[in-house]
Amino acid sequence: MFYRENGQFKSSYRSDQQIFPIRQDRWFVAGLLLVAFVAVPLLASNYFLQAIFIPFLILALAAIGLNILVGYCGQISIGSGAFMAVGAYAAWNFGVRLDLPLVVQILLGGVLATLVGVVFGVPSLRIRGLYLAVTTLAAQFFMDWAFLRIPYFTNYSSSGNVSVPALDAFGLPVITPVQKYLFVLCFVAVIGLLAKNLVRGAIGRQWMAIRDMDVAAAVIGIRPVYAKLTAFAVSSFIIGVAGALWAYIHLGSWEPLAFDLNRSLQLLFIIIIGGLGSIVGSFFGAAFMVLVPVLLTNVPHWLGLNMPVDVASHIEHMVFGFLIVFFLIAEPHGLARLWSIAKEKLRIWPFPH
Amino acid sequence: MGFFLETVIGGLMSGMLYALVALGFVLIFKASGVFNFAQGAMVLIAALAMARLSGWIGDWLGGDSPILANLLAFALSALFMWLVAVLVERLVLRHLVNQEATTLLMATIGISYFLDGIGQILFGSSVYAIDVGMPKDPVIIMDTLFDGGVLVSLEDLTAAVVAAVLVAVLAFFFQYTTVGRALRAVADDHQAAQSVGIPLNRIWVVVWTVAGLVALVTGIVWGSKFGVQFTLSTAALRALPVVILGGLTSVPGAIVGGLIIGVGEKLSEVYLGPFVGGGIEIWFAYVLSLVFLLFRPQGLFGEKIIDRV
Repeated sequence: MFYRENGQFKSSYRSDQQIFPIRQDRWFVAGLLLVAFVAVPLLASNYFLQAIFIPFLILALAAIGLNILVGYCGQISIGSGAFMAVGAYAAWNFGVRLDLPLVVQILLGGVLATLVGVVFGVPSLRIRGLYLAVTTLAAQFFMDWAFLRIPYFTNYSSSGNVSVPALDAFGLPVITPVQKYLFVLCFVAVIGLLAKNLVRGAIGRQWMAIRDMDVAAAVIGIRPVYAKLTAFAVSSFIIGVAGALWAYIHLGSWEPLAFDLNRSLQLLFIIIIGGLGSIVGSFFGAAFMVLVPVLLTNVPHWLGLNMPVDVASHIEHMVFGFLIVFFLIAEPHGLARLWSIAKEKLRIWPFPH
Repeated sequence: MGFFLETVIGGLMSGMLYALVALGFVLIFKASGVFNFAQGAMVLIAALAMARLSGWIGDWLGGDSPILANLLAFALSALFMWLVAVLVERLVLRHLVNQEATTLLMATIGISYFLDGIGQILFGSSVYAIDVGMPKDPVIIMDTLFDGGVLVSLEDLTAAVVAAVLVAVLAFFFQYTTVGRALRAVADDHQAAQSVGIPLNRIWVVVWTVAGLVALVTGIVWGSKFGVQFTLSTAALRALPVVILGGLTSVPGAIVGGLIIGVGEKLSEVYLGPFVGGGIEIWFAYVLSLVFLLFRPQGLFGEKIIDRV
């Protein structure tokens, strides 16, 4: 009853094609943005911002990037951590060597990730499916190695560990958790909106056609080269920016290990649990991925159990493995599907007839 | 020349080990269409079971008959891998029939996380040793032909022989037994196999058990060489390029691919590595197979991929 489109007539193409066609959705998104930009910084403690909100936002951003490639274009990538690493190290090098402004550094990091992404996307024109998934591991292992062994990328730092100085954007400091949170939030909001618009536009439809069946898509006049490479480019850009943010804002100082295979698998889990081919699902998945470890470390504490750290991490592994299999069996379309079912139900709730 | 041969032989022998892991992948893929990312975790859990069980049984028997302890541990570990296979089939695969290959791949990633976790909870997470009496000392052969001869590690040689024997046994099993014939039928065409009365579920249990046994042997060989620890799980990732290079559906491909990757890795590390800072064997195999697949997308011996609208 509260969530339905009755009485909202569309009298122009413009209003028919807008991003949130139902008024309730517009209010909801506006309210969400208000909460995110105003309420959270005012109310959340530093611990919540640093340990939950910032990683959540950055992982959600990276997941949006990966979702464009895997969920929308159907090209499985197990090497997304490599593109995060490229974004992070490229941004850092632009900062150290050219002393560019912070936002420019991060965006240029994304641009370099795009270039690398397109190079590793080229095989997708010949190689498909599982073979492609394995070859994306080439990007992962090559980049791991490159940032570990080629000293130029870490500016000849002896430990291989690099760190960023105090950050500022447009003259405003980005130092306290609240400032960092707002900085990340701006990126996520803008890129999230862009991604949402891309996937519902012409290019997004091409990606989905390629995902559903690339030969058929080619037959009806979609260029696979263009569609696949743009998917790789857009996805790597977003993942690269997310990588730079992860390194700059969340970690502060990092080594190549921060972007290893586990990171790639983590992103893959986020989009599976959240929902393949869904922007909002990326947020759900990321929230899940950030909250479950926090819960798993805290629940035994509340119950008064004292668990050694290594056992706790093994149990975390088990729980994640279990949840992934569980989600694949119970709801292959992820949390985003549950969300849309809930919205469907809300249309007639509480009067079912 | 002697040094070159030594590198090549070393490469061939580590290639046999890769082939062994790759075989596990190929078996499962052929029979159930699942790209089993969990093969590495299976190697880890099998090796952990073997290492700990042989230790416990050894203590229980009083430590005077290591061979008996090892045999018992091997039998128990094999039983354990069978249990894993049954559970995987019951709890996971049965519910994912007819899903896309990518969904199944992701499910096996989940399985691999689960096995990593539970294996280390059950059996501990330190470094353990497996001692099945593999010879440790290297020998020098062909010293009449070259100056200084060629140094061959007997341990690697034993491992290679074990791998070769296992491959032969599997080939026999597939070619000449009833179960093997059923397996090949399932691999060819699920529906046709089912319609002549081959129970798919049981075949999957068999194939995962066989893959588990292969993982056990791999785990023992690698474990006695490097020690049983968590890295075994990632070491199996090094066999992935072997699988795609040889072709996902081809047993001979796994072996030839393994040998190519093994030799390529060693040669690249020795002759190319010093120029770029070393440690390149971790990605060389991947890049090699990537470049190769550009020319032959289905791998060396894989079935040609035909797309129809």
